Amino acid sequence: MRSRRALMPYAALLPMALTVVVAYLGTVLWTVRTSFTASRTFASDKFIGVSQYTRLFDNERWLHSLHNVVLYGVLFILACLVIGFLLAVFIDQNVTGEGVLRTVFLYPYAMSFVATGLVWQWLLTPGSGIDGAIARLGFPDFRFDWIVDQDMAIYTIVIATVWQSAGLVMALMLAGLRGIDGEIWKAARLDGIPAWRVYLSIVLPMLGPTIATVFLLLAVSVVKLYDAVVAMTQGGPGTASEVPAKFIMDHLFLRSNIGLASAGAVMLLVPVIALLAPYAYARSRGSRA
Amino acid sequence: MYKAQILALACAAFLAGAACTGPAAAAAAQAAPRAEVIHWWTSGGESAAIKELAQAYRAAGGVWVDSAIAGGDQSRAVTINRIVGGNPPTAAQFNTSRQFFDVIEQGMLNNVDEIARAQNWDKLLPEPVVNVIKVDGHYYAVPLNIHMQAWIWYSKAAFQKAGIAKEPATVGEFFAALDKLKAAGIVPLAHGGQAWQETILFTAMLSNLGGKDLYLKVLRDRDQRAIASPAFRNVLLAYKRLQTYVDPRSPGRNWNDATAMVISGRAGMQVMGDWAKGEFMAAKQVAGQQFGCIAGLAPNSPYLIQGDVFVFPKTANAGAVQAQKLLASVVSAPATQLAFSRLKGSIPVRSDVDASRADLCAQKGIAIMKDRTRHLGVSEVYLTPDQNGAMQDVLTAYWNTGMTVDKAQKSIAAALQD
Repeated sequence: MRSRRALMPYAALLPMALTVVVAYLGTVLWTVRTSFTASRTFASDKFIGVSQYTRLFDNERWLHSLHNVVLYGVLFILACLVIGFLLAVFIDQNVTGEGVLRTVFLYPYAMSFVATGLVWQWLLTPGSGIDGAIARLGFPDFRFDWIVDQDMAIYTIVIATVWQSAGLVMALMLAGLRGIDGEIWKAARLDGIPAWRVYLSIVLPMLGPTIATVFLLLAVSVVKLYDAVVAMTQGGPGTASEVPAKFIMDHLFLRSNIGLASAGAVMLLVPVIALLAPYAYARSRGSRA
Repeated sequence: MYKAQILALACAAFLAGAACTGPAAAAAAQAAPRAEVIHWWTSGGESAAIKELAQAYRAAGGVWVDSAIAGGDQSRAVTINRIVGGNPPTAAQFNTSRQFFDVIEQGMLNNVDEIARAQNWDKLLPEPVVNVIKVDGHYYAVPLNIHMQAWIWYSKAAFQKAGIAKEPATVGEFFAALDKLKAAGIVPLAHGGQAWQETILFTAMLSNLGGKDLYLKVLRDRDQRAIASPAFRNVLLAYKRLQTYVDPRSPGRNWNDATAMVISGRAGMQVMGDWAKGEFMAAKQVAGQQFGCIAGLAPNSPYLIQGDVFVFPKTANAGAVQAQKLLASVVSAPATQLAFSRLKGSIPVRSDVDASRADLCAQKGIAIMKDRTRHLGVSEVYLTPDQNGAMQDVLTAYWNTGMTVDKAQKSIAAALQD
């Protein structure tokens, strides 16, 4: 009886464990294997060594995609953290209608980017949207044509995705702020420290774990950035806003080259592991201490 | 078949009399061939066209099960997944291209040799179409229609305003017309800045300026010397020159929005496939009156063939095989082909149809198709999807950035090398 009870938690975990092993680890291993084969439309058993990887890194579009995703990632994560934190601080001032504001800020995150990406595309299309509206307000020389500009297109993706994700950062940061002991605020007030200073020098360092979580969530969404690009620019103009995930999807379906697509996918796994490994390590150290 | 047997058994068991006069009758009632067809014809004109096929199939005694999936790549992915998963549809749409070459190679399609022999496809069909559907002497797909992607559509009103008396018939006249339109303050070339539309402009220049020989050497033979030649360099320069005639708002624009610019007379010309005709028709414009269509810029300019086919995945189910045979014969019948193409904007793949019911542009196309020396495939007919995509990446980068022509030439050579 007792032994059966001891087995119960493991039995309950079994479906999840099986899912992880088969669906995640299994497919990861399969992808790694495929990346070393000459697979086209179908997976093949013809191994060709690292040729797919050499081809991948000879491919200008792939290199450009990597460049784009790094640029995008830095800007996106920074902007989300700053805006999300400021929004959280703002709501933390016990503003009236907090519930409504929280919902408003968080709402973009609840919507699919395929839908909102189209809206952003309309907003940013020169001649209509923001550009047209301001021109009609009496500034006929006003130009806001980033989305059709080679050098600026990637920034429009940053703007739209920050709009979407900043609310989530706010919600997590707000939870963190609410977890801060009220005594600290009282002590700071007694010492006459201005509020901004308390936030910057005391509260922010205390939010460390929250920021780490937020950073991880944002970093993962950078690596898998796809739907926003497809909905807004389709990687254009030209290849100006191409990202690695789109390269992989294109080769997986449109271009029937799952070998090359798998090589790309494996390369995308590398930064994810590089991010997760220190995090997991720190967590395990933390729990032991 | 299995069901028919059950029914026959049930009849025998219950001796139900009149309703079960014999297993043959029961089988006939059961075996109305049921065809599930996966396709991506979902827009207005397209779905009207597929309804013609469905109607013809029903009239022939079959049951049509429609599986429309929006988006070509999505639809093809579903087809391939279902074939691999062992639950294939009766028939599925592909483009007349090398998209389904791997599927043939894996032995996953039934051949349609019977009907091909009966209708003498070797003689009847254009060579670029035969090229992709006939592998190792067997036919693996039934072609439905022919599209031509490099039609030049122009607004008669815009031409009049710019003082262009006669439609351009050479590449030189084409650029002169663009210059005149520009001088008249009209957007000379309506363009949707997406990679595939840029590839259309490129193939238009390659076929009209480079000619059939160079076209085949570059795209079919992937001849590195031809790609490095001055003639090909000229093609690339002409292609890039077109970019000076588009408006700055073109990037990302959809093709039909570009067509709308020609319809309203805001733009002079557009190079686009004959599917654009549907947009003109929807705007109540008539070919030869409000707009014109030019098939090529040389007396014997090639007709770039593309189109749609049905493939028939291999199956052990005898009923499904019967349905596949019936569907193949229905969709290759001249009447069905003509009715389908009229709504789709294409022309029938068979050269023996009555052209008098087609519109002016389609009649031009059908007339050109009578000359077999002018038949040429689009790039996808000769290149694998992968090679074609790599070339498209170079072309769109060259179009949109300050890439030099030498760099573009080298990158295309590299893209077509493997």
